[in-house]
Amino acid sequence: MSFPWAKHYEPKAPVMRWIDEKLPLPRLVYNAVGAGYPVPRNLNYMWNFGVLAGFALVLQIVTGVILAMHYAPNATVAFDSVEHIMRDVNWGWMLRYAHANGASFFFVVIYLHIFRGFFYSSYKAPREMVWLLGVVLFLLLMATAFMGYVLPWGQMSFWGAKVITGLFSAIPLIGEPLQIWLLGGYAPDNAALNRFFSLHFLLPFVIAGVVILHIWALHIPGSSNPTGVEVKSESDTVPFHPYYTAKDGFGLGVFLIIYAALTFFQPNALGHPDNYIPANPLSTPAHIVPEWYFWPFYAILRAFTADLFFLPAKLLGVLAMFAAILVWFFLPWLDKSPVRSGHYRPLFRKFFWFGLIPAMAVLFWCGGAPAEEPYVMLSQIATAYYFLHFLVILPIVSAFERPEPLPFSITEAVLGSDKKAVLGENTTPAT
Amino acid sequence: MVRLIGILTGLFFTVAVLWAFATGAYTAATEGLGEKTAESEFHEHPREVAFTHDGAFGHFDRQQLQRGYQVYKEVCSACHSLRLVAFRNLSDLGYTEAEVKAEAASWQVPGIDPNTGEATTRPGTATDYFPKPFANDVAAAAANGNAIPPDLSLMAKARHDGPAYIYSLLVGYTDPATHKNEAGQTLAQTFPDSMPGAGLYFNPYFPNLNLAMAPPLTSDGQVTYADGTEASIDQMAKDVSAFLAWSAEPTLEKRKQTGWPVIGFLLFATILAFLAKKQIWAAVTPKRKD
Repeated sequence: MSFPWAKHYEPKAPVMRWIDEKLPLPRLVYNAVGAGYPVPRNLNYMWNFGVLAGFALVLQIVTGVILAMHYAPNATVAFDSVEHIMRDVNWGWMLRYAHANGASFFFVVIYLHIFRGFFYSSYKAPREMVWLLGVVLFLLLMATAFMGYVLPWGQMSFWGAKVITGLFSAIPLIGEPLQIWLLGGYAPDNAALNRFFSLHFLLPFVIAGVVILHIWALHIPGSSNPTGVEVKSESDTVPFHPYYTAKDGFGLGVFLIIYAALTFFQPNALGHPDNYIPANPLSTPAHIVPEWYFWPFYAILRAFTADLFFLPAKLLGVLAMFAAILVWFFLPWLDKSPVRSGHYRPLFRKFFWFGLIPAMAVLFWCGGAPAEEPYVMLSQIATAYYFLHFLVILPIVSAFERPEPLPFSITEAVLGSDKKAVLGENTTPAT
Repeated sequence: MVRLIGILTGLFFTVAVLWAFATGAYTAATEGLGEKTAESEFHEHPREVAFTHDGAFGHFDRQQLQRGYQVYKEVCSACHSLRLVAFRNLSDLGYTEAEVKAEAASWQVPGIDPNTGEATTRPGTATDYFPKPFANDVAAAAANGNAIPPDLSLMAKARHDGPAYIYSLLVGYTDPATHKNEAGQTLAQTFPDSMPGAGLYFNPYFPNLNLAMAPPLTSDGQVTYADGTEASIDQMAKDVSAFLAWSAEPTLEKRKQTGWPVIGFLLFATILAFLAKKQIWAAVTPKRKD
């Protein structure tokens, strides 16, 4: 489905006509990210991150496939094969740093993309499926990144794998056998490294598949926009190409500059020095921390330090950590406010900027800090707020809040009181 | 229904985590926040030290790397391996091909006797890697008070602020009986149990304060530098730290040199993209009425 005024693909070059008749792939691309996709004209730069995430995925697959040509997934030589890439493979150092920092780049973009969704309630009808697939993508991305970090087989790789797979042992009854089954042994070793490599290679292609579903689902209702008012007429939209290809191109450039600065001048700033020490099962690092993008959830995991009745603290922490992400699946039904955009929701906006954002910042900070005071107590308060925000505050606020007046249409929001449309001929007044 | 279950779930996790908070707060109130340890009171962050390879325009000082290599060869290599570095890599330090071959030949590497097949040693060639000083970890531990001297190849990347850490550690050995921390206390007064035992040496830059390595740089002029530089302890420590920064990342210079054209190209492309965006959007961007 698309808006009735969407442009139709009319191949001009004979070769394109020939292809389009046999396989309408040019048509598909034209309608997906070309002039055939009408997009609200008022998107701000927070709407750049979907395209940037797609770029990051391609970047990771390209660098990753080449790295896999030189990497050896065997516990005895994995560490040295990474150093072989760094020292002896032509431009290997650049590929590896690009891939390692590319993961960080991916997560920065994804977090911004998700928080855009939170603020503008992109999860609301009719875009629930886009959101649900997005949460699936985030989970897949986390799994892929975790397994990728294990591959260099340094100290943090090994102990990170041990701690994260150890989480499954908190599950009553089946926990321990499950952990052993997942690892293929009692501790991370060759069996675990091999399967992690295999899955780390596979999952990005699964992600690519779900990305297609994510975009497909998006194209049914069309993109959301900062006013949260749905598209009413042609004057509310512009074709994706050239308008948003140009805008995304600029956003991509800005982001690549930051990414290149990190990759070439501070490539290890986001990593942990301990991962340059080969994995040693007999020597536990003083502070085991995951990569920065897992810190909020790691902080939630560690916030549960006391047993509650018959529930052990470890199980509570594991449940909370998974719940912290799973709760996102239910957002479309927890937030019942008919207004989408945070711009028109005074109470919601306050809780977002002065509640959720500081809580996430604290969780990020504490997740990377050692498990000591005051970090533990701070992360406990932030964790409490996190769950209250999504599960208690959001449903209640959405029931009682009195939203501010919405603009009549996207065109009005852009052009002010002057309702004259600039683009398109068949503009009809919406009813 | 979703919201009712949601609110109950939210309250459950909130109660559970606030219960943990209350428990922790009670412990903190009765026992105080975080106990002071010898490490928390005496461990020091690495000193500020400048290297030519620092910063976005950083490059190695070839003369310094050669001096650092000399320190490694004459001092460190008695106990520490450098297993990821090959003799051929020494050409990065500014040695000619002939010098690299001669240098390699000055080391004995494990080999096989071509006549008997027995394990033996032979002079190194450019393609060989630096030999290990001990046959295995057990031998290394036995010879060093049960502590295995770590490989140094990646040491400068395997510690926070690596080169500065190595430098600080090498010049930071001090007497725990007289060394005062910022609060003016000595270890002997405040944490007598943390005083170094037999075969251990106090060093405030080492994470747990006492390490098994005896001070390796003990006197000025311990190494006679080929380039005539005065071999003070400070100079030797700096030189070997720079050498280990190179050994941890021989491609550091190339990385930084590559970075600038990449950023330059991206800046140019981004400016073009911005102008293109501006031009394309001009037709649909409302003009402000002043």
